[in-house]
Amino acid sequence: MADPGVILEMRDISKSFPGVKALQNVTFTVKRGEVHAICGENGAGKSTLMKVLSGVWPHGTYEGDIYYNGELSAFKDIRASESAGIVIIHQELALIPELSIAENMFIGNEQAKSGVIDWVSTNNKARELLARVGLREDPETPIKNIGVGKQQLVEIAKALNKDVQLLILDEPTAALNEEDSRHLLDLIRGLRSKGITCVIISHKLNEIEAIANSITIIRDGQTVETLDVDAGGVNEDRIIKGMVGRSLESRFPDHTPKIGEKFFEISGWTVQHPQVPDRLVCKNSSFFVRQGEIVGFAGLMGAGRTELMRSIFGHSYGNFVSGSMVLDGKPVKLDSVSKAIEAGIGYVTEDRKVLGLNLLDSVKTTTVSAELTKIASRLGVVDRHAEFVAAEDYRKQLRTKTPSVEYGVSKLSGGNQQKVVLAKWLFTDPELLILDEPTRGIDVGAKYEIYGIMQRLAESGKGVIVVSSELPELLGLSDRIYTICEGAITGCLDKREANQESLMRLMTTTTAKSA
Amino acid sequence: MDKLKQVFGGDTRQFGMIFALVALILFFQWWTGGLTLKADNVINIFQGNAYILVLAIGMVLVIIAGHIDLSVGSVAAAVGISVAMAIRDWSLPWPVAILFGLGVGALIGAWQGFWVAYVGIPAFIVTLAGMLIFRGLNQYIGKSNTVPVPEGFQKIGAGYLPEVGPNTDYNNLTLLLGFAIVAAIIFGTFRTRRNQAKIGATVEPMLVTLLRLGLISAAILAAMALMASGRPGTSMPLSGIILAVLVIIYGFISTRTVVGRHIYAVGGNRHAAELSGVKTKKIDFLVMMNMSMLAALAGMMFVARSTSSGPFDGVGWELDAIAAVFIGGAAVSGGVGTVVGSMIGGLVMAVLNNGLQLKGIGADMTQIIKGLVLLIAVAFDVFQKSQGRPSLIGRLTRSKPADASPAVPTDLGRETSVDQVVRTES
Repeated sequence: MADPGVILEMRDISKSFPGVKALQNVTFTVKRGEVHAICGENGAGKSTLMKVLSGVWPHGTYEGDIYYNGELSAFKDIRASESAGIVIIHQELALIPELSIAENMFIGNEQAKSGVIDWVSTNNKARELLARVGLREDPETPIKNIGVGKQQLVEIAKALNKDVQLLILDEPTAALNEEDSRHLLDLIRGLRSKGITCVIISHKLNEIEAIANSITIIRDGQTVETLDVDAGGVNEDRIIKGMVGRSLESRFPDHTPKIGEKFFEISGWTVQHPQVPDRLVCKNSSFFVRQGEIVGFAGLMGAGRTELMRSIFGHSYGNFVSGSMVLDGKPVKLDSVSKAIEAGIGYVTEDRKVLGLNLLDSVKTTTVSAELTKIASRLGVVDRHAEFVAAEDYRKQLRTKTPSVEYGVSKLSGGNQQKVVLAKWLFTDPELLILDEPTRGIDVGAKYEIYGIMQRLAESGKGVIVVSSELPELLGLSDRIYTICEGAITGCLDKREANQESLMRLMTTTTAKSA
Repeated sequence: MDKLKQVFGGDTRQFGMIFALVALILFFQWWTGGLTLKADNVINIFQGNAYILVLAIGMVLVIIAGHIDLSVGSVAAAVGISVAMAIRDWSLPWPVAILFGLGVGALIGAWQGFWVAYVGIPAFIVTLAGMLIFRGLNQYIGKSNTVPVPEGFQKIGAGYLPEVGPNTDYNNLTLLLGFAIVAAIIFGTFRTRRNQAKIGATVEPMLVTLLRLGLISAAILAAMALMASGRPGTSMPLSGIILAVLVIIYGFISTRTVVGRHIYAVGGNRHAAELSGVKTKKIDFLVMMNMSMLAALAGMMFVARSTSSGPFDGVGWELDAIAAVFIGGAAVSGGVGTVVGSMIGGLVMAVLNNGLQLKGIGADMTQIIKGLVLLIAVAFDVFQKSQGRPSLIGRLTRSKPADASPAVPTDLGRETSVDQVVRTES
């Protein structure tokens, strides 16, 4: 029964939650030393499967068997799976921002004698492990001071410290820019060559295609198929077909831009960092948007795109120093979020769970939450029936998959959560909608639908700004793309002259055109 | 059986806090040999605890918004002595004195609200400071003396409805009130059903509605009849009526108005609320100021009942109010809780207090038991949530039946969703 070439076999795994069958008879086999990718739409069950494996859902809470290294395993918690050599790195990194890199790396398994920590040894071991992942940082640096890409590497170093044999990475490059993603993938290749087996859950099909040896596709809690990449014939289209159950002709819906006059313009926008006043996060930025136009904003992580957008949106980030805003031909000063919303600007935040949603709310209450006054009487009494009607309306329009509008948003899949957030902003009837990383962590099918929503908004004459770290996405959507580097706008390319190289060049130009 | 589940909003296994309350009442009724449900005792329970329940109304809004208020006892005491002395030294007529007291409460609330909302100091600290400051103020103003209040004023704490109409053995106004409330609830329920049907939302089965209405009406009428049958001259206490009016007003505000929604939004996810245009600072200020005003009212009601204001009034009230709110289903992290739930939590504490007192159990033992009840009630609720089942308390303070899936937020009750457990991947 035990095939030495197989490190892990999960057989007939089923797991249900009240009202939801998350996994149904899933069978999943991983060969020793390979990179095995798991793909599937949001809500398909990928994370749940990994949680069953790693002991987050302990033995007894699921049906089926897990054979690890040929032995039947019954992990009762994460520690049990970790001591067996299975380490899982979650999408939401489990790092403590206020503690240092070294402290984080040894949390739970401190270099200590009789409870007293040996800091010298801790920092030294930390340096050693950091070198293995190619991160050159002082181990005493607090985690909050390094970017997401580096934090991800710290997590991997943490895993290496636990003598990992089977490393599970949940959406490892979701929050990384191109450079950090490439570095991470190289690191994974390196781990593979050292005999460490890796399981990657990812939506980034191009990356999976490049690095995986096998790909298992899961849909609606069931295994659809396992593709053997080494045998050939596997490309992105083939994977999409497996995930969605049909081939997608194109990533982006058809769209004929009908671009009108300039209606929104920013000039000389300068913003200071909220804690470090000497640092300018926006340096004299100027740009404009026309009616019916989709304008993209490209830049490396930390370039200042989100900062610029949040500052425009009611000065909700940083200390505003100077700059003018002209909306519909009139200069405006929108120094609060409510003023911005009233003026017709909407902002779909980068991280929907942290900044976009109250996870205690239902689809219905979220849909109307950005402009309650629209459905309230003058005394402030909310018209619950108007609320229901509006929520139903948007649910149908955006094709949000939810049992009803009374359903809690926290239980929806990422793609559908994002649709509810979009519904929230569309309800405010914006003239200009800013979307920050709108398709992050969302599967291919839902992305297509969200692109469609954005395009329809543009077609109705509104302006759309899209901030994204996925260059192909920007190139497919935008009519014009601005590039930002270190807080300054370095260029603007029309879609006909934009490509990944020209964009990347401008994204890395530190000598800004406007200083 | 299915329909029965729907009446209670879920599994028949989970009756939760209302069941606990009923069970507690029945238990004490048996244990005290029938003393608990005697008319005078029921009236006593309301009168003796109305002020804590008033505090709980303000406290639940503060906790929903993500804050806490430790100063309410001291504020109540400070306002109590101010009002008592104002009546005595300035000969204020008692209705004016009440307004004066609310005014003082508003000022104190504005002071605390300012520090919390606009300077950004955690409410815990601001109100801890307030607890000290206003206790001291009470003792400074009153020179630690007890100051009596006149009879007119005493009515808001110890007063009853007048005897009106034909000479039945009951207080007629109380009975009428009971019928009026039941009529309003029935009317409201059917109007909601009609509106739901009009827009195409799912309407619960008529049998379920009738069953639930039947139970609620029976309970209200029984309680009102009981209180109407007390000693001649007694009725549903005025303090109970004040409380009921506040419950209706605040219940409405918290579930049906923009302000109410904003309070839940600030507590549920402050940053998301800010980025959705909610004026979070204004909301913080508002809930703090409102709390202090209600504390002022509670203080006055207590002084009215005790017929005088003393230097040790209000000690420990904040803990009783906070306990009531948490037993009633609020979450420490904010964003969850209901006015009605807090009333149930408060009543659980009140019945417990009363029953133990009737049995002659000393204050020491009572304290221990109350503490344990708080701990176990909330622990049970937390356990239920972690098992994937929704908050029982939240369930039972809802107006609509559960969907196929648990934790469906509705108007009357906000649930802590089962997100930690059932959340699908993002």
